[in-house]
Amino acid sequence: MSNAVLSLQKLNKHFGALQATSDVSLDLKPREIHALIGPNGAGKSTLIGQIAGNIRPDEGRVFLADTEITGMSIAQRARMGLGRSFQVSSLAEPLSVMRNVMMGVQALQSHSFRFWKPVAKDRQLLEPAYEALERMQLSHRAWTPVFELSHGERRQVEVACALALKPRALLLDEPMAGLGPEGSAKLTELLEALKLEVPILLIEHDMEAVFRLADRISVLVSGSVIAHGDSQTIRQDPRVREAYLGDSDA
Amino acid sequence: MTNNTSSGVAHAPLVGKAGSSFDRKGLVQITLLSLLLLVPIAAYFLGHIYYVNLASRMTIIAMAAVGLNLAIGYGGMVSFGHAAYFGLGGYVAGISAYHAFDYSPFMTWPFSVPGSDSLLVVWLAAVILCALLALVIGAISLRTTGVYFIMITLAFAQMIYYFANSWPTYGGEDGLPIYIRNTLPLFDSSNALTYFLICFTGLVLAMAITSRLMKSRFGAALTMARLNDVRLATAGISPYPIRLVAFVVSAAITGLAGALYADLNGFVSPNMLSWHFSGELMVIVILGGVGRLYGPLAGAVLFIMMETFLGGVTQYWQLFLGLVLLGVVLFAKHGVMGWLAGRERNE
Repeated sequence: MSNAVLSLQKLNKHFGALQATSDVSLDLKPREIHALIGPNGAGKSTLIGQIAGNIRPDEGRVFLADTEITGMSIAQRARMGLGRSFQVSSLAEPLSVMRNVMMGVQALQSHSFRFWKPVAKDRQLLEPAYEALERMQLSHRAWTPVFELSHGERRQVEVACALALKPRALLLDEPMAGLGPEGSAKLTELLEALKLEVPILLIEHDMEAVFRLADRISVLVSGSVIAHGDSQTIRQDPRVREAYLGDSDA
Repeated sequence: MTNNTSSGVAHAPLVGKAGSSFDRKGLVQITLLSLLLLVPIAAYFLGHIYYVNLASRMTIIAMAAVGLNLAIGYGGMVSFGHAAYFGLGGYVAGISAYHAFDYSPFMTWPFSVPGSDSLLVVWLAAVILCALLALVIGAISLRTTGVYFIMITLAFAQMIYYFANSWPTYGGEDGLPIYIRNTLPLFDSSNALTYFLICFTGLVLAMAITSRLMKSRFGAALTMARLNDVRLATAGISPYPIRLVAFVVSAAITGLAGALYADLNGFVSPNMLSWHFSGELMVIVILGGVGRLYGPLAGAVLFIMMETFLGGVTQYWQLFLGLVLLGVVLFAKHGVMGWLAGRERNE
């Protein structure tokens, strides 16, 4: 499949009578942000689940850099290089930022059945984790417990956790959710820089951010992709305006 | 205290602050451990063998609870069936001594296995067999979570309890006596103080292993499996094998304690396998402080003191145990250790 980093081929999933995903094909190319938008109930979460590995598609295949990952577990996909963040923050709150980010580094380096050497002084773990934090401009909070962080900082930690895996592709599920304009602007800036190294499949509600960031946009309605193109095309597409943006000016 | 060398990341300390080595927590821990060590020594030289054996019992039960704490406290796996491993360890000691006593083989097919009265052999066998049993039980049980996990571990333990109860070869419900305590080279294991010191060493080792384990990469993964297993999987580590290994280590520690217990009492019976004991171990872990290194020790000391001294005053001592447990759960969520030594600092 050409040079796509991540590609979905004709994914289908239904729950009983509900067709949650129908014939969805998309791809993610190097150095781009591909945004996936859609109204509530469009099947975004189901689709993410199938990419990330917690939902098995009924039909269709998922490829990460030419390797089929359709049957792999969440952890296998992560080790293959699929980094993801969650809509609702899913960090271990009592632990320090560092301890959260280190997990991904640890998974990459070897199996975790190492029982003797303490992690607290293990530079092999600490340095890559620290680098991931620096890229999200959060290294000054490395030893702060997650529960003391602001909402925006947690969002950045989530992305840093994904970066610790040295991912080939990032799957970010509403990273801007709940951020104020300032936090949102900051994250937008960070993601813009990041995409040059790791392409990002971005699921996002914040239209400002999407139109500013995305190189391509796919619109999901009732489980199928109804429109696809750059932000100009999507803004003007009448079906999208009707289904998603209402009739107001976006 | 922060060692921050050349390596390109110089803005913030790469290594977190190490806690000061001798704070309130350290003081409480050292006091607890030295009291447990020194009181029986003093009692022995004053001629009170009863208290030496009582201390041995505390130590062994604490060790069993250290095992359970690894599963419940550090791994978040609420096992209600750890009596199975405690009892199996006990039966290994009992059965081995039984065959060594009358020179009969334990089994003849496919190969001959004789009994042994060597503690080292007994301990090794107890650890290996408990690990294998836990591997099977854990592999199945860990496919479930929450209440189902509690129930399935209980169900497995009950199966083993009823099996031991109805197997006449080794005493069935009457239990199996160990006429002569199993032996150790160079040491006289029949001496009460020596045996206490053996048990104490076992406890300290079990705690040291737990502590070391939890600081390692494995411990980091296990902690994450407890706090947020989705995060662990997303980071590329499958929680299931991590939990399973922790469960097996936990069972092996509890099993070793069981072997020590049978030799202490010179007796093993299905009571060691009963769900009452699983419950008591859980109470001890909660009483002492879930997921605290010294919690099981504090819990076991408190539990057995109450059982012995309150139990001597009134047969309704468990009413007071209930009240204490209620107090701990309501007012000192982090157990006796949390109350004495302050909250645990997470890194």
